[in-house]
Amino acid sequence: MKGIAVSTTVNGDAVEYVCHGRETLLDVLRNHLGLTGAKEGCGTGDCGACSVTLDGELVCSCLVLGAEVEGRTVETIEGMADGDKLHPLQKRFLDGAALQCGICTPGFLIAAKALLDRNNNPSESEIRYALAGNLCRCTGYDKIVRAVSAAAGDMRRQQKAQARRRATR
Amino acid sequence: MGADAITSRANSKIAGAVGTAVPHDSARLHATGRAAYTDDIPEPRDVLHLAVGMSAKPHARIRRIDLAAVISAPGVVAVMTAADIPGENNCGPVVHDDPILAPGLVQYVGQAVFSVAAGSVDQARRAVRLAKIEYEALDPILDIRKAIAAKSFVLPTQKIERGDSKSAIANAAHRLNGSATLGGQDQFYLEGQIAMALPAEDGDLFVYSSTQHPGEIQLLVAEATGKTLKDVIVECRRMGGAFGGKESQPALIACIAALMAQKTGRACKLRLDRDTDMIMTGKRHDFVVDYEVGFNERGRIEGIEFMFASRCGMSVDLSGAINDRAMFHCDNAYFLDNVTIVSHRCKTNTVSNTAFRGFGGPQGMFGIELVVDDIARHLGVDPLEVRRENFYGIGERDTTQYRQKVEDNIIHEIVDELVRTSDYRKRVAKVREFNQASPVLKRGIALTPVKFGISFTATHLNQAGALLHVYTDGTVHLNHGGTEMGQGLFTKVAQVVANELQIDIDRIKITASDTSKVPNASATAASSGSDMNGKAAQIAAKKIKDRLTEFAANHFSVTELDVVFGNNEVRAGNNTVSFAELVRLAWFSRISLSATGFYRTPKINYDRATFSGRPFFYFAYGAAVSEVIIDTLTGEHRLTRVDILHDCGASLNPAIDMGQIQGGFIQGVGWLTSEELWWNAEGELKTHAPSTYKIPACSDVPEDFRVRMLESSPNREETIYRSKAVGEPPLMLSLSVFHAIRDAVASVSNNTRRPRLDSPATPEAVLNAVTEQQVSE
Repeated sequence: MKGIAVSTTVNGDAVEYVCHGRETLLDVLRNHLGLTGAKEGCGTGDCGACSVTLDGELVCSCLVLGAEVEGRTVETIEGMADGDKLHPLQKRFLDGAALQCGICTPGFLIAAKALLDRNNNPSESEIRYALAGNLCRCTGYDKIVRAVSAAAGDMRRQQKAQARRRATR
Repeated sequence: MGADAITSRANSKIAGAVGTAVPHDSARLHATGRAAYTDDIPEPRDVLHLAVGMSAKPHARIRRIDLAAVISAPGVVAVMTAADIPGENNCGPVVHDDPILAPGLVQYVGQAVFSVAAGSVDQARRAVRLAKIEYEALDPILDIRKAIAAKSFVLPTQKIERGDSKSAIANAAHRLNGSATLGGQDQFYLEGQIAMALPAEDGDLFVYSSTQHPGEIQLLVAEATGKTLKDVIVECRRMGGAFGGKESQPALIACIAALMAQKTGRACKLRLDRDTDMIMTGKRHDFVVDYEVGFNERGRIEGIEFMFASRCGMSVDLSGAINDRAMFHCDNAYFLDNVTIVSHRCKTNTVSNTAFRGFGGPQGMFGIELVVDDIARHLGVDPLEVRRENFYGIGERDTTQYRQKVEDNIIHEIVDELVRTSDYRKRVAKVREFNQASPVLKRGIALTPVKFGISFTATHLNQAGALLHVYTDGTVHLNHGGTEMGQGLFTKVAQVVANELQIDIDRIKITASDTSKVPNASATAASSGSDMNGKAAQIAAKKIKDRLTEFAANHFSVTELDVVFGNNEVRAGNNTVSFAELVRLAWFSRISLSATGFYRTPKINYDRATFSGRPFFYFAYGAAVSEVIIDTLTGEHRLTRVDILHDCGASLNPAIDMGQIQGGFIQGVGWLTSEELWWNAEGELKTHAPSTYKIPACSDVPEDFRVRMLESSPNREETIYRSKAVGEPPLMLSLSVFHAIRDAVASVSNNTRRPRLDSPATPEAVLNAVTEQQVSE
């Protein structure tokens, strides 16, 4: 099978790879780029374990072809922390014990970040429905919802502090 | 609680002491995507990917297998059938009746028939489809009632009898009989079954397996490949969920990978996709339950007869112990005086059913809760009154049907407290009031208790080992026979070691389960992981601590009583040194800084032949109140509020235990309401992906979810720091949801008729039950 050369941006880095036409973005991330944070839970877009964002939009990477991301921007769990500094969502998931086996966690974090990026003050019900495409078999979800809600508060406070700093400059 | 335990809890200034809510040890790796599960381990350059060809028939002889097209497919390197297995063709854990690859007879749709090794996952999976298999069809048995009629059983029928149930029922003021079917459940671990086998020196094998039972993988791989246990090493750092589905089931996957690695001399990886996983591997047993009961005017049960029959599938697997546990839990928290329990273990031409959180316990409890609810509706009283009327007593009415005395009964106080904190009485009245005024939407509420026996019922499995090394910088390497599936076992055991040695938890390296470090370990199952491995690790830590104490006393010329470990330091009389410094000094004096620990659960002893004795070290308790609203036009329901009070003894880690309670409860809600396994007439499972098989999602969880742990209630038995096992018991709290739905359904006939509701209570099942309530007599 003929390879397809793809140039794209993953977590801010310019990336080039050659993939087959049938390979999904999930296959490419895991097998060509060594980014194994996205997981295959079902392979049919029903569990959310492979969640990434594509040009800022939440997608199941098992439903996107590797060849489709030419010239686009992919964000994965590996790009969420700033070096050793965790994103507020990651921090809240840790502190709030919002994870158990951890295999769905990257997908939940990506989906939650996609929500908070467009709505920094979601209601509990909005959080529940925004995350309804991500399955977790361990936690019963309660702590996940609380962690996302708490992180939203952290992020609003950060945004306010940044705005104040800009204003005083 | 022992004085020892109280002081060491209270005085701990170290990070990660027992009883603190330290995060899961891998939490940071989980949240950054860097935690490596088996599929994330870098593959050797020559790795081959495997796929499995499955039976298309539920029961047939294989006339001919033509794999010519498979062998010549792109990328294919090798194929394997039963004839190519050099050792024993078995992956059954107890009875050797589970072939790895079907040897001429197939007994369920999805049974492994052959395996293919190819250069990529895609090539292997495509090649599998090119096989031509000719079958000679045989009559299949696909459901439980037919199996009973045909006396098709995987194991002999068992019976527990106490007193004279026949005459007790005959002489009772009231009599009822009933029956129900309750569906099975797929474990739906988010990480599917997977193994990677690597050939090692001189024909040895190293196997990465996502398994709750590395020791059994080691044994079955050795038997299949014609090797001995010393030639095989199995490792598992973590699983992406297991829930019992990785107790016996990973053996099939690991054996195929190992056999192919042996055959090809290359690393071989087998990862099932979700659909294959659900079709090929075992699930929770579905049951039918029949009962006949006699009771007095207050609802007290005077005599009861149960018939439990389960779908075991085509082989024994763990069905013996699972059905035994169903028989041990059909009392739940109730005293059954004159009782007969018959348990049929049905052989069907479907996948062999297996362990799933609760292990038969949930099905047993489902039976008695159905009876109690029916009695209450027959008498027209609040089901809670009948439940209380039948609770085990304290000092009387306290012996189970298997003759174990219930010595630690706290169900009365749990239920009393929960009735108060959940505002149960007022809410029952409000529900009744609402239903009078609401013709379409109906509310329902129920309180159900849980009493769950802790220990493997097979006494010999209640043993555990640990291995501890202290290095010269005072850091520690910890290993034990337990496995990490997300339940936080590794964290809890590390807390125990931190507490014993009085060092911060981050000085302890938690390491992968590995058959070459701790041998012959039992499966991490039966909720026993932290009870047993925590104790084994504590014993190992105490050995090293004793050696260091003796050394410090000599070195500083004080008595051993003057040597105190605390907050990363050791005080010896007037001398204080850091833990690391003491370790360094001990090393210079040639003191051994490595130890093993071994634990066997005390007090248990039980005779399987007579079903009597003490199978359980202790019981874990809990209770839940659930409230639902149903739509009588569609059968849909919503869970509006849940109050839980659960007993974890003196919790080792409240954050982890809270996760087990909430997660177990919601998993149980899925079992009883939304997760439906559906086979067609050809024996094919048609709900084999999340598109058709619905586990609870974030939006299904009650918005008002009040979960508390029982306070000041240390285990009365001497368990690790007086904690209690918490893996399985909370799942059964979900019975409150089923009975709340039943309550809502019953309100349709103004509580004049017993609802006939089967599980799972899907919208279809609820609608059928509602319709039956509406039909006039």
